[in-house]
Amino acid sequence: MSPLLRVEDIHKRYGREEVLKGVSFEMMKGETKVVIGPSGTGKSTLLRCINRLTPADKGRVWLEDEEITHTRTNINKIRSQIGFVFQSFNLFSHLTALGNVRIAPMKVKGMKKAEANRLAMEELERVGLGDKAGAYPAELSGGQQQRVSIARALAMFPKLILFDEPTSALDPELIGEVLEVMISLAKEGMTMLVVTHEMGFARAVADEIIFMEKGVVVEYGPPAQLFTRPQHRRTGEFLNKITELYGETD
Amino acid sequence: MIESLKELGPFIPGLLRASLINIGLFFSLITVGFAVGTLVALLQVYGGRTSGTLARIYEWIFRSIPALVLLFLFYYGPPRFGVDISGFMAATLALGFRSSAYQSQIFRGAIQCLASGQMMAARSVGMSRVRSIVSIILPQAFRLSIPGWTNEFSSVIKDTTLAYAVGFNEVLRTARIIMDSAYELAMLAFIAVAVVFLVLTSAGNMAMGGLERRFRIPGLQMPGSRSED
Repeated sequence: MSPLLRVEDIHKRYGREEVLKGVSFEMMKGETKVVIGPSGTGKSTLLRCINRLTPADKGRVWLEDEEITHTRTNINKIRSQIGFVFQSFNLFSHLTALGNVRIAPMKVKGMKKAEANRLAMEELERVGLGDKAGAYPAELSGGQQQRVSIARALAMFPKLILFDEPTSALDPELIGEVLEVMISLAKEGMTMLVVTHEMGFARAVADEIIFMEKGVVVEYGPPAQLFTRPQHRRTGEFLNKITELYGETD
Repeated sequence: MIESLKELGPFIPGLLRASLINIGLFFSLITVGFAVGTLVALLQVYGGRTSGTLARIYEWIFRSIPALVLLFLFYYGPPRFGVDISGFMAATLALGFRSSAYQSQIFRGAIQCLASGQMMAARSVGMSRVRSIVSIILPQAFRLSIPGWTNEFSSVIKDTTLAYAVGFNEVLRTARIIMDSAYELAMLAFIAVAVVFLVLTSAGNMAMGGLERRFRIPGLQMPGSRSED
């Protein structure tokens, strides 16, 4: 079986600092991979290079057999197939929860309003927010906003969803509701690439943890392996540190 | 005084008719200003280096030259090149472009006040740049612009009297004509003009206030502005 996502030797430089120094990995359909690493390691940049929200300087990315990084690729079409969940939610402030979820199906895919409404309601119910369809982002808690943003991604029937520290901006008591949604997505077979420090989530559903530091992948492997027998000293140190800091929320 | 009021009576319909001309000029110039102002703001924020610079030069020119000078340039300029231009058209363009320069700054401020994540989120779901601007950025920016735009409205409605200077029979010129025919009515005629603008400005402000309430969205307002709840 060929991989759903193939990332090959991605390099990215901001000014004099090279934040990504040749990152490569693959994801099969239905896999969940978690990217961890100290801040400033280029994890978020890596996610943005995958759907070209940030252009990579060098390297290539494929979604199935289409090269995303090729300049002639229709990037809007590719992005419509890759969900992106932001740390700061980035819900459209002028639209209700329902409006946020249905706008892309309508404006990008040309779906009729009635159909888009039905779909959006389904997705909101899937993240447990059917009763908040008419609420504006400012009227929702952070956890609810993040769940709406997951519903917004789901409404496009993405082949893959990228999560950029989806719970880092949340109050501790709101993290659980978001992780719950993400765990059930992973179990339903959604392909997910998640930058997070939530090791409980990683242990529960990740097929693989990718440990990055200073712009390179230091080590990767199944969670059990990385937690118990890390090959690199730095991996063990980092995992111990974040388990201490974030505990095991699951 | 009462006597003079009676004497002004026959002139009132003329003054009101002339006011309609000011209102007509207002709508056409504010429309030009809105359309061009939006474009200039978008070029300043999202345009490349060349178009961004051109937009800034445009804004600088039309904000720096006095309105009356612009009006003369647009009225007396084109005929020199064989282009016939009416007073109404000259006033619409001169005052409209001038207003567009001011409006562009209201819109630019609003666009820049939106979190940068809005554009990124729009692009991430597959919207093109233009689609993102039309569906996500402008609907928010226009809402944020309403208070600033209310000021611009009050200033532009008053500017319509400048068209007087190009021989355009708007309300102030009509008052002047009354004064020429009956000097003792001068004061009253100008007071009548003042009242016309008091009414227009208040009506406009009320309409804008209504618009602001109609389009108000919780959580979407300029930082520092008072929320109503």
